[in-house]
Amino acid sequence: MATPTLLKKEEAGSADSPYITVTFRIRRFNPEVSDQAEWQDFQIEIDPKERVLDGLHKIKWNLDGTLTFRRSCAHGICGSDAMRINGKNRLACKTLIKDINPEKPITVEAIKGLTVMKDLVVDMEPFFQAYRDVMPFLVTKGNEPTRERLQSAEDRERFDDTTKCILCAACTSSCPVFWNDGQYFGPAAIVNAHRFIFDSRDEAGEQRLEILNDKDGVWRCRTTFNCTDACPRGIEVTKAIQEVKRALITRRF
Amino acid sequence: MKIHKYDTVIVGAGGAGMRAAIEATKRSRTAVLTKLYPTRSHTGAAQGGMAAALANVEEDNWEWHTFDTVKGGDYLVDQDAAEILAKEAIDAVLDLEKMGLPFNRTPNGTIDQRRFGGHSRNHGEAPVRRSCYAADRTGHMILQTLYQNCVKEGVEFFNEFYVLDQLITEVDGVKRSAGVVAYELATGEIHVFQAKAVIYASGGNGKFFKVTSNAHTLTGDGQAACYRRGLPLEDMEFFQFHPTGIWRMGILLTEGARGEGGILRNKDGERFMEKYAPVMKDLASRDVVSRSIYTEIREGRGCGPEGDHVYLDLTHLPPEQLDAKLPDITEFARTYLGIEPYTDPIPIQPTAHYAMGGIPTNVEGEVLADNTTVVPGLYAAGEVACVSVHGANRLGTNSLLDINVFGKRSGIAAAKYAAENDYVELPENPAGLVVDLVERLRNSTGTERVADLRNELQETMDANVSVFRTEQTIKTAVEKIAELRERYKNVSIQDKGKRFNTDLLEAIELGNLLDLAEVMAVSALARKESRGGHYREDYPNRDDVNFMRHTMAYREVAADGKDSVRLDYKPVVTTRYQPMERKY
Repeated sequence: MATPTLLKKEEAGSADSPYITVTFRIRRFNPEVSDQAEWQDFQIEIDPKERVLDGLHKIKWNLDGTLTFRRSCAHGICGSDAMRINGKNRLACKTLIKDINPEKPITVEAIKGLTVMKDLVVDMEPFFQAYRDVMPFLVTKGNEPTRERLQSAEDRERFDDTTKCILCAACTSSCPVFWNDGQYFGPAAIVNAHRFIFDSRDEAGEQRLEILNDKDGVWRCRTTFNCTDACPRGIEVTKAIQEVKRALITRRF
Repeated sequence: MKIHKYDTVIVGAGGAGMRAAIEATKRSRTAVLTKLYPTRSHTGAAQGGMAAALANVEEDNWEWHTFDTVKGGDYLVDQDAAEILAKEAIDAVLDLEKMGLPFNRTPNGTIDQRRFGGHSRNHGEAPVRRSCYAADRTGHMILQTLYQNCVKEGVEFFNEFYVLDQLITEVDGVKRSAGVVAYELATGEIHVFQAKAVIYASGGNGKFFKVTSNAHTLTGDGQAACYRRGLPLEDMEFFQFHPTGIWRMGILLTEGARGEGGILRNKDGERFMEKYAPVMKDLASRDVVSRSIYTEIREGRGCGPEGDHVYLDLTHLPPEQLDAKLPDITEFARTYLGIEPYTDPIPIQPTAHYAMGGIPTNVEGEVLADNTTVVPGLYAAGEVACVSVHGANRLGTNSLLDINVFGKRSGIAAAKYAAENDYVELPENPAGLVVDLVERLRNSTGTERVADLRNELQETMDANVSVFRTEQTIKTAVEKIAELRERYKNVSIQDKGKRFNTDLLEAIELGNLLDLAEVMAVSALARKESRGGHYREDYPNRDDVNFMRHTMAYREVAADGKDSVRLDYKPVVTTRYQPMERKY
């Protein structure tokens, strides 16, 4: 006997079918074809409990193989598929159709502030460069202990929120300051600096604070909270930036 | 076509690849080629922890860990390798802590540990707290920490470079690694990387199943590249089904949920694991729990209108505990199922999770060309490899351990080899195979579609070679795979461009999956016994006389160009532990 498998889902249109018809309105761009970006509509049958990513796959696999986007884990951990869905930065794999009003066309476009390479794919290099610039690694001095460094549960908790970052760029590419000035480090880099500045084991907090004291550093933040709203991991991004600002003033962290 | 020269080339930037890169970069000129940005790798999806007998919270030692690993693998584990894994686990965890990994802590500030399936005190007496963890995102923290340290060490990455071929040159009758050929996704350009040493760390191949915890990108690219060049694949019939995937979606819900006290229940609310594993109960090894779940479902005690799942019940655990120890998976239940785990049980079913088999290596990570001969300059580590520390069934938390221990070992060994050896001459027309493959797919006018073939492959694999298998079901799969491989020759893609052509990429990935599916099914058909993750209903017992040996599968090409799988076998390394009946 074979292993039990999923039953075939009912086809759309039958009485108890979960499927609905949805329009995806996607911002297409392929410089191999045209230097102009344009909106294109696709109609698909989808269960509202499915993800926007499932919808994109239905389009790519059944309607138009040229539709291009990044994705990998499909459950909000790898950070590949941040995109602008109905005008808001989200992960396509963490956004269910039913939660974004499928009555109207669902607009999908690349995240803003980074160069679009093709359709929903952007150049991530400037984003990762800003991350690398804040020294995103533990720095310690003196001899290493033979066993682990000790850290109280309380000290560990101090920077827990910013360890959740998956580098998806949803925050940075939702930031109006970043849109206008690509030199700004952006929320994600600051979040990752925060993760080390407030780690009791780390000894390079001063250096990182100096990096972020730069004209393109934390002071550019206008506290619009777009980043906090955009974060698919629920990190309190704006709060983390404020804590870095405060540490720069008080030099206490 | 561009040609690059490096001492060491690493294929893949997940845990094993980056752990190797940290070592190799310090010792040799190293390039990491990765089809994804490093932090996108599926190591980041691992949740529950990394096993090491630190004994921070209760008595434990590496010998018990070795025993549990051997028993968990149903005695198909090479015991010398398991001993290294368990011994070096302690330093592997301490290394990560020193690199900055934010483990959860005990009240006295040491690394906290929790229970996990199959890990026991004193050879099976009772569960032991051996898993070192960072909430339920230990893999995420490992991936981030390793990437952070790659940044610190200045590791050179080639992001979105997809390795499609392993170059082998025969020198004096010995097959030696000469380098790899990669396709640059952004431009469509083909690159040859000549290297003294190559390390495969490109991950698993679970995407030939439909209900899987694996990422879309886990398509066995490294295994397929080596297999096509005549190198063997070991124990490919052994695939792990994780007991708790989200119903229908397959998204992983960590075993740590049961480690924290979660209970599996059938439609009558019964804690059914008590019947199947009286001592370890819900924390028996994964193969045992997955079979138990399907037995409940088959016997009519499954939940829901279709009776096709069971429940993971966390409702008796305090909300504070769920928030602190299992924040991500409770969030998954809310996001994808609309269920509140504080008050409602979570519908789950087994999900295809982990390939125990892969490219055979010795304990230094050196790839084997047959049962004993090493391929000089070629290494593999992590899920792509088969050392074999997991045997017929991997224990939870041993994979994050595997990537760290054997990633580090292969990084050191490869760099040392590169320092002591010269380049091997590239074969004539090194990029030929890849150029042909890419051009054929891009220019094909065939009528078959990638998505259709992949869908049919996944359906046949789920139905016929998953948790339960019989000769008849496996034969059905073998026939279907042969049909799909034939139809694959007639596959075409819509995107004919060079820039970010993911349509082409998916077609190539499907080719890899089809090759590996064939190897898996043929290996499974020949193994007429039940052991670990390979359960044959027509041969329900383990047969140590005939089958306590590793399968070695080779690609054979006949004179007319037709290829087939040839099977051979390799003895298991047994040191301390003689096979016993496996009970939990």
